[in-house]
Parts: sequence; C-alpha cells; structure tokens
Amino acid sequence: MNLERDGDYITLSMGPHHPATHGVLRLEVTTDGEVITACKPDIGYLHRSIEKIAENLEWYQFVPYTDRVDYVCAMNSNHAWVCAVEALLATGAETKLEIPERAQYIRVLFAELNRISSHMIGLGAMTMDMGAFTPFIHAIGQRELVNDIFEKTCGARLTYNYMCVGGVVRDLHPGAEDEARAFLDGLEKVMREFHALITTNNIFVGRLAGVAPVSAADALSYGLSGPNLRGSGIDFDLRRDKPYGIYDRFRFDVPVGKRFAGDRGALGDGYDRFVCRSLEVQESIRICRQVLDQMPPASGKEDDPVGGWCVSKAAQKALRKPPVGEIYFRCENPRGETGYHLVSDGTKVPYRAKIRTGSFCALSIFEKICPGLMIADLVALIGSFDIVLPEVDR
Amino acid sequence: MSSVPSRNPSRGKALSFEELLAKVQEGFPTVKAGSAPNGARWIAVEAASLLEVARHLKSEPSLSFGSLCCLSGVDLLKFPPPAEKDGPASDQLVCAYDLHSVEHGHELRLKVSVPPERASVPSVETVWGVAGFFEREIFDLYGIEFRGHHDLRRLLMPPDWIGHPLRKDYEYPVHYADWELKREGQAFESGPYK
Repeated sequence: MNLERDGDYITLSMGPHHPATHGVLRLEVTTDGEVITACKPDIGYLHRSIEKIAENLEWYQFVPYTDRVDYVCAMNSNHAWVCAVEALLATGAETKLEIPERAQYIRVLFAELNRISSHMIGLGAMTMDMGAFTPFIHAIGQRELVNDIFEKTCGARLTYNYMCVGGVVRDLHPGAEDEARAFLDGLEKVMREFHALITTNNIFVGRLAGVAPVSAADALSYGLSGPNLRGSGIDFDLRRDKPYGIYDRFRFDVPVGKRFAGDRGALGDGYDRFVCRSLEVQESIRICRQVLDQMPPASGKEDDPVGGWCVSKAAQKALRKPPVGEIYFRCENPRGETGYHLVSDGTKVPYRAKIRTGSFCALSIFEKICPGLMIADLVALIGSFDIVLPEVDR
Repeated sequence: MSSVPSRNPSRGKALSFEELLAKVQEGFPTVKAGSAPNGARWIAVEAASLLEVARHLKSEPSLSFGSLCCLSGVDLLKFPPPAEKDGPASDQLVCAYDLHSVEHGHELRLKVSVPPERASVPSVETVWGVAGFFEREIFDLYGIEFRGHHDLRRLLMPPDWIGHPLRKDYEYPVHYADWELKREGQAFESGPYK
C-alpha cells in the first residue's frame, strides 16, 4: 500500500493486488480519515489487446477469445459473439444463416445456466467481501454443478469455446436434460437456504442498506446495464425489450429494484443490486425449465442437430464473404450489456471488432459516486457492481 | 398463459430512422445521413456541432437518448473506398456513438469523422457520463483528442507507451522501457492473418 500525505488528506492505492477488487484493479483513493474524497480507477493491468487480435483472426476463430473477455460467463460471451456475427451475416442477401432449432435452444439453455453460475459467483463473492464465508461456499458449490454439465458436453469447465457461428459445436451429451432438471430443482432449495442465511439476514441487510445509492438518471448516463441498471429502478432487459436468439419465446419477469431494504435503504443502493441479481437467478431457472420443455429432440443426422463440427458448410461459405458494412449488436450478459460493434470490409477477417462490456461502463461511475463513501463501503460498492476485470481491460 | 414474455407497458413511441433524422435535421440542417452497403444507417455530424447535437438528442423529449451504449473508434485507412464518397478521403478516423432511449426504445448511431493529423473531437462526457471512459480508451488506442475532457490520459496502455495500437498504420514497437520486444529471427507483422 502506498501512502501519500497532503495535509489532512491521504492518497492511497487500493490494489492492484487486493482481495476485494475482484481482479487486478487499482483504485487511487484520496481519503479524509475514513471518508473518501476522490477515487480514480486505474485499469489496464489485464489488457490483452483482444480487439487488436480480432483484426488478425477470421470471424469464427475469434470465439475462444470471447471466452477470455469474461471468463466467469464464457458461454454468454460466446453467445454474444456468434449472435453478433450472425446478425451481420443476416444483413446480406446470400449470407443469411439458418440456425438449427435445437442449437438455438441449447444456446439459451447454456446461456441461462452460465448466467446462474455467474450470478452465484457474484452473489457469493459479495457476501464474502462483507465478511460472510458460508454463503460463498453454498454458491460456488452450485457453480461446480453447472460446470459439470458443461464439461460433459463441451469438455471444458471455464473457457468453453462451445458456440460457433451457425450453431453449437456438438449436441448435448446423453442425459444432459435430466441433469439440468435435477440441478434446477436442487438449486431452488439452495437458493431458499441462501436467502434465509444471508439475503434476509439482519446484519447483512444493515451492512448494505443505503450504501452507495445510484440514481436512475446517473445509472443511465453512466451506462450501467444489467442488474446494476435495474437495481436503480429502471425496467429494462435486452432479453425482453430487444430479444435476440429465441428469447421472445419464453415468459419471464424482470426484477427491478424498489428499496428492498425498506426504510433503512435507498433506491439503487448496494442491497437493491444484490437482491435484483438473486431474483434474476429465479427467472433464469424459469427460462431454463421452459427451454427444457420446448426443446426439440436431436434429429440424429450427422450435420443437422447442431450445425456440424465447428462451423457448418453454409457458415463457412458465408464467413468467407460477409456483407460489407457494420452492425452494433447488444446482448444481455450477467454483468450487463455486452455489445459488439463489428465493421466488415467483406473479407474473412473482421476490419474492426469493438467490445462493449458491462463492467467497463460500471467502473466509469466510480469517480462520480465514491466521494463521501467510507473506505469499507468501497469494497461493498465493487462487490455490488459484480465487476470482473478481464471484461474491463479486454 | 401466453408464450409472449411480459412487456414493459410504459414504453413511449419508438421512431424510425427517417423520423429521427428529420427531427435532428430540424434543428441542425448540416447533419447528413450515412449508410453502409449492408444497410446500416447513421447520422453524420461535423465535429464542430457534435456537442450541441448530443445535448439536443438527450434533452428533446421525443428523442430522449438517455444512454450512450457504445462509443467506438474506427480507422478507415485500409477500408475499401465506397462507390460514392461523402466526405474528403482524409477523414479516416471515425467515432461511432451508439445511442439508445430506454423511454422510447429507439436506437441511433451517430458518427463523427476527423482527419488523423488534426484528430480532435469535442468531449460529450457532460452529456453522457460514461463517455469519459470511452473517450479515454479511444484517445489511448486511436490518438483522437477529446476537447474538454476533464482527465484525458491513456486508459489501457501504460502511460509511457508510444503510438496508438488500433490505428491501421501502427507499427509494433521494438523496445518498451528496458525490454526488447522483438526477438531475433521472429517476425512481428501487422495485418490480417493469411
């Protein structure tokens, strides 16, 4: 920790190696005693120039890199990229791809399962930052079960590289549907336990109530998205309001913050964001069940159910000559809106691929809301935004 | 139970691109429409009037673009020239602002082009707070200066880095600080994978 004294003010570096910063984030904090007077986030420690790499790879080769953009929800990152590329291809008359029905359902199922496991990390890490260790173990135990399902289907537990342009890499493993159903049933029980243990825990509520409230106007202006935006009371979810993939076929509610802590709290405080995230887990369970009910069976043909090995023939052909132009495609990821601004010059290599991520925008608000917070609440703030640093630096 | 997800009932009226363009052109006649061969459309704004246009887009109740989803830079140096040119060829650095209105549900892309030798665009961080971070990123990776930004420093690259890595004429450095970055016999080539 570096200390610099200037009269009554002390400037100290929180991070880059700090257990509560969820990665390598450095916050340059100026404090007056325990109270923060200024806070400047310093990022770039995890910058791997993924956007530059994208300009040197073919469209389908970039999928494994999207795993690394946000490795806590790699499936959602995959989903966002393949949907963005498919949307770009759909703007050309000859390059529009037909995505197999079953692949569409598998994508949504895995995206929602990964959303659950990502929220489990987010919620668990948040409670751990606040000093409660047990809920974290409960949460991460559920994440392991999701990883088991993913591992059996695609062979990896963290960076899946499972979805591809035109479909998914391979069909679900035999018995995956039953395992998913069993997991969802078990998860509901664990979530009830989790809520009894921590969400409604008086000490925990008191710790987060009224901490770092973000007004609706600020949340919009500073580009908060996902549960962070909804925590501030704005009813907006891309899955419902700008549906992509087949999200328009499912019925679910969008949890919105409304001073869950009662009189102790304020709209858009840390507790609202925490509760929104935990309610979203319930909605994801609902979506997963609908997916499992509606999913068509595998057709049994070699090439059909999932689009073939890696990239189907139609996709290969389309990706060699994509339409010239650009697209901005937005997806609802666990940490907010992930957007790809793709520019294509008609070759098999992207001309430009800009990645907009939820955590990056969430960090931009720190300078605005940190003054006046206690140092201990800064930890609560980082946890309640569920920031993941590789997504910030890319 | 229907299969349609529950909708937010409080949505306003989403305007089409033509309606949005007409609304903006009422106040700012210099704003032009732009399009790409794949059908993507945007409004092209001159750098000098960007800040007023941005304020208008946010404050006009029928537009109310409250959020800036994405601000990305593009270097058009190696982009194949379009059949008919709109602006001078030297305006190769582009800032693309993707706007969205949660109230009405409409979206709009706004573009500003500047020449690389005088790459300077007014900052819109007073309109959309998130632009502060996006602009620092573009300043870092493209070298576009944002006039009026309160703290314009590199964001992702080290502060003493030379050059702007996402420019298409960027050359990979041989040295950084005390480190040799190019090993003998190893070619560092810029440009697409072949």
